[in-house]
Amino acid sequence: MTVPTTAAGSVAARRTVMSKVGARLLSREAGVAATLILVVVFTTLQNPNFVFSPDGYRDLLLTPSILMLVAVGQAFVIITRNVDLSVGSIVGITAYLTGRLFIDIPGIPVLAVFLAGAIVGGALGLINGALVAVARVPALVITLGTLYIYRGLNVAWVGSDRINASDLPREFRSLGTDQILSIPVLTIVAVLVLIAAAWYLRNTRGGREFYAIGSDPDAADLYGLKVNRRIITAFVMSGALSGLAGVMFAARYGTVSSQAGTGWELQAIGAAVIGGVAISGGVGTVWGAAIGAFLLLTINRALPVIGIQDFWQRAVVGALIIGAIVLDRVLAVRQARKLREMRDTDND
Amino acid sequence: MLELRNVSKTFGSVVALSDGNLVLESGSIHALVGENGAGKSTLVKIIAGLYRRDQGDYLLRGESVDFTSTAQAKNAGIAVIYQEPTLFPDLSVAENIYMGRQPTNRFGRIDRKAMRAEARAIFERLGVRIDPDRVTEGLSIADQQLIEIAKAISLDARVLIMDEPTAALSGNEVARLFAVARSLRDEGRAIMFISHRFDEVFELCDTITVMRDGAYIATTPAHETTIEEMVRMMVGRDVATLFPKVDASIGDVVLHVDGLNRAGVFHDISFSVRAGEIVGLAGLVGAGRSEVARAVFGVDSYDSGSVTLLGRALPAGRPAEAVRRGLAFVPEDRRKQGLVLDSGVARNLTLAVRDSLRRFGLIRTRDENRLTGIWATRLEVKASAMDTVVGTLSGGNQQKVVLGKWLSTEPKVLIIDEPTRGIDVGTKAEVHRLLSDLAGQGLAVLMISSELPEVLGMADRVLVMREGRITAEIDRVDATPENVMFAATQQKEGAR
Repeated sequence: MTVPTTAAGSVAARRTVMSKVGARLLSREAGVAATLILVVVFTTLQNPNFVFSPDGYRDLLLTPSILMLVAVGQAFVIITRNVDLSVGSIVGITAYLTGRLFIDIPGIPVLAVFLAGAIVGGALGLINGALVAVARVPALVITLGTLYIYRGLNVAWVGSDRINASDLPREFRSLGTDQILSIPVLTIVAVLVLIAAAWYLRNTRGGREFYAIGSDPDAADLYGLKVNRRIITAFVMSGALSGLAGVMFAARYGTVSSQAGTGWELQAIGAAVIGGVAISGGVGTVWGAAIGAFLLLTINRALPVIGIQDFWQRAVVGALIIGAIVLDRVLAVRQARKLREMRDTDND
Repeated sequence: MLELRNVSKTFGSVVALSDGNLVLESGSIHALVGENGAGKSTLVKIIAGLYRRDQGDYLLRGESVDFTSTAQAKNAGIAVIYQEPTLFPDLSVAENIYMGRQPTNRFGRIDRKAMRAEARAIFERLGVRIDPDRVTEGLSIADQQLIEIAKAISLDARVLIMDEPTAALSGNEVARLFAVARSLRDEGRAIMFISHRFDEVFELCDTITVMRDGAYIATTPAHETTIEEMVRMMVGRDVATLFPKVDASIGDVVLHVDGLNRAGVFHDISFSVRAGEIVGLAGLVGAGRSEVARAVFGVDSYDSGSVTLLGRALPAGRPAEAVRRGLAFVPEDRRKQGLVLDSGVARNLTLAVRDSLRRFGLIRTRDENRLTGIWATRLEVKASAMDTVVGTLSGGNQQKVVLGKWLSTEPKVLIIDEPTRGIDVGTKAEVHRLLSDLAGQGLAVLMISSELPEVLGMADRVLVMREGRITAEIDRVDATPENVMFAATQQKEGAR
C-alpha cells in the first residue's frame, strides 16, 4: 500500500513504528522465501543435478505447484479458524475421476475435465462446510470423518484398478511436461489461481470477512456478518482447489491408484503454518501458504540429496513446523509488548 | 426515537424481562439503572436484535420493528457498545470500523486509502488519537470503545447504547468518553447509558429509567430525583419474610482473613467468620467477591495477607490442603467449575472424597452409592437414579449435588458463591433452608450473593465490597437494602 501523504506530525511519528510492524508481517512471507532460496542454493552446490537436470528443474517447480493449490485452499479454511483434513482424500477421488472421464468419455475436452475436478471437489467441500457451519461441530472432527469417508468411497470405486498413463490422451499427458518460457504449464495455472485467491482475500469486502471471522467468531456473529456462508465458502474453495490439484496430479504422474493424495492434508496444513497462517485463525496470507508448500517439498527432496537419513528427514520437517509456530509466538509476544508500550506513551 | 412498550422475554421457565418499557428521545442521554438481574441486559439485547421479544411493542421512529438479527438493527441505525467491546483483534482499526462496508472502487477493490482517511476524520471529530492502521490487538478497553463509537458514527447510528462503558475505564478515560457522548447528544442522537455508578449517571444523563426484577419501575428527569430515591426504587421490596435464617448459637472464629491483597483485583480484605454464622458478601458483579473467595480457597494466588483456618495459618495456593483442613468451596459457575456434567449423580457426589472411599486403591460402586444415598436423602436431590447424568438435572438439583459433594467432606467452613443463581423460587427456598440448617449445626458459611434479598434474609452479618475493597460491614439488624446498595455503589453512607 502507498503511504498516505496527509499525516499529522504525531501520526507520522507513529507511522514509522507501524510500518516496522507492517514490515514484520511482510517479512514472514519474505523470510520463508529466503529460506527456500537458501535451501535450493545450498543443495545445488552439493549436487548441481538438484536444479540443473531436466528432472530436477521440473520437480523444483512442478511437484510443489500441486500441493500449493491444496495449501492455498487450506489457508482459506484455517484463516476462518477451521481446518480441513479431508483434502488428501479429495485429491485422490478427483485424480481417479480424471482418468475415468478420459476412459469413459473418449474425446472429452481437457478443460471440461479440469472443471469437473473443481466441481466435484467443491461439492465434497460443500458437504464439509455445511456440516461444520450448520451442525456446529468442530471442523477437526467433521473433516476427520470425511477424510475416511471420502477415501473409503474412493477405494470402493477404484478397487484394485488403477489409471495408467496409457489411458490418458496425449494432449493431457503433455500438460505435465509442457513449458512456456521454460516454466511448467501446470505451475503457471497454479500461480494464476494463487494470484486470484490472494487478490480476493486482500482486496475485497468478502475476503476480509474471512479474516474477521477467524479473528473472533463471536464478534463476527455480533457484528452481523454472514459467518456460516463464509465458512461454507472457505470449505468449498478448499475442496475445489483440491479437486483441481487432483486433476493436475493425474496429469503430472499419469498413474493413479486408490491411495493417491494420502497424507496430503497434513502437508497442506504444514505448508500453511510454515507460511505464517495462524492455526488460531485471522492471520496469514495465501502467498505464505504457497511458499510454505514449496519450502516443505523442496526440503523433502533436498535432504536425501545432501545425504541425510530417512528418519531425520521427517524430523527436520517436524522441526520446521514447530520452529515456525514458535517463531510466530515469539514475534506475537514481542509485538504485543511493543503495542502496549506505544499505548502507554500515547496516554501520557 | 425509540420506544419499548410492555416487552417481555422468557427463557424456558425463567422470566428475564416481564414488563420492559423505555422511551429514548433524540438529543438526550438516558440512564438505565437497576440491580444485577434487573433485566437491563435482556432489554438491550432485544433492542440490538440479539434476542426477539416474546410480547410487547418495539417502535423505532414511530414504526413497529421486529429485528431478527443484529445486522438488521444496525442497518436501522442502532449501535450497541457492549461492556467488553467486540472487535477483531488481528485486523486494523480502520478495518474494524468498516468491516463489510469498506469503501471500494468500481472493480470491488477495497480503497484502503479512502478507508483510512475516513477513519481518521471520525477520530479527529471525536478528538481522539488512534492510528487507523494499527491492529486492534493491544488497545486499551477505552480505545476499543472509541472504535466502537467510531463504528456507530460511520454507520450514522441515531441510537447509541452503551452497556456499562465506564466499568473498566480510568478517570481521564471516563471524562473523554463523556465528552464524546455529549457531543453526540448535541448532534441529535439518542444515547442510552447503563451504569452502576450513580455519580456518573447524574453527571451525564438527563433522564433516568429504573428497572427491578425484570420490570419497568419508573422514568424521571435526572434533576427531579436523588440518589436516595433511585436506590429505593431499585431495591424497594419486602425482603424480611422471604429468606428466614434460623438463629443459631454463634461460636468461635473459624476462618480469619487478614489484609489480603492482590494487585488490581482486591485490596486489604480482612474479615472473619464464626461457627454457626452466615456471613453475606454483597456487592455488584465485578466487585471482586468471587476473586477473594477463590484466593482464600487457594485456587488463585494473592500478593500479601494471610488466611487462618481453625487457628492455624492456611498456606496460599493449596486447595487440596484447604479441603483436607475443612474448607469447602461451591463456585459460582456450577456447570463449569462444580460438576462433571456428563457423569452420574453418585460419581459427582463422591468426587471430593474419593480418597477416603478407596479400598485397596479401588472404589466400589456399592460404597459410592451408599454414601450418595445418605446425602441425596438429606438434601432431597430429585434424581431418578444414582447414575442419572447430572447435566440433565434442574439447576436447583445440580446445586444440591455440588453442595452434597462438599458436605460429604465434613467441612467446618463453607464458601458458597451465588448459591441460588438460575434456580427457581421453590428450590431457592430449599437451598436457603439447607444453608440455615447447616449453620445451625455449627458450620461457618461465607455466602457470596448478588441478590440483595437473599443476603439480607440469610446473613447474620453483611460485608459489602466495591471495586476490590470491603466498603461496609453491617449487622443483620442494621442491614437494609438501601445501606447495602449504597455501600456497593458509593463510598459515603454505610461505610464504617
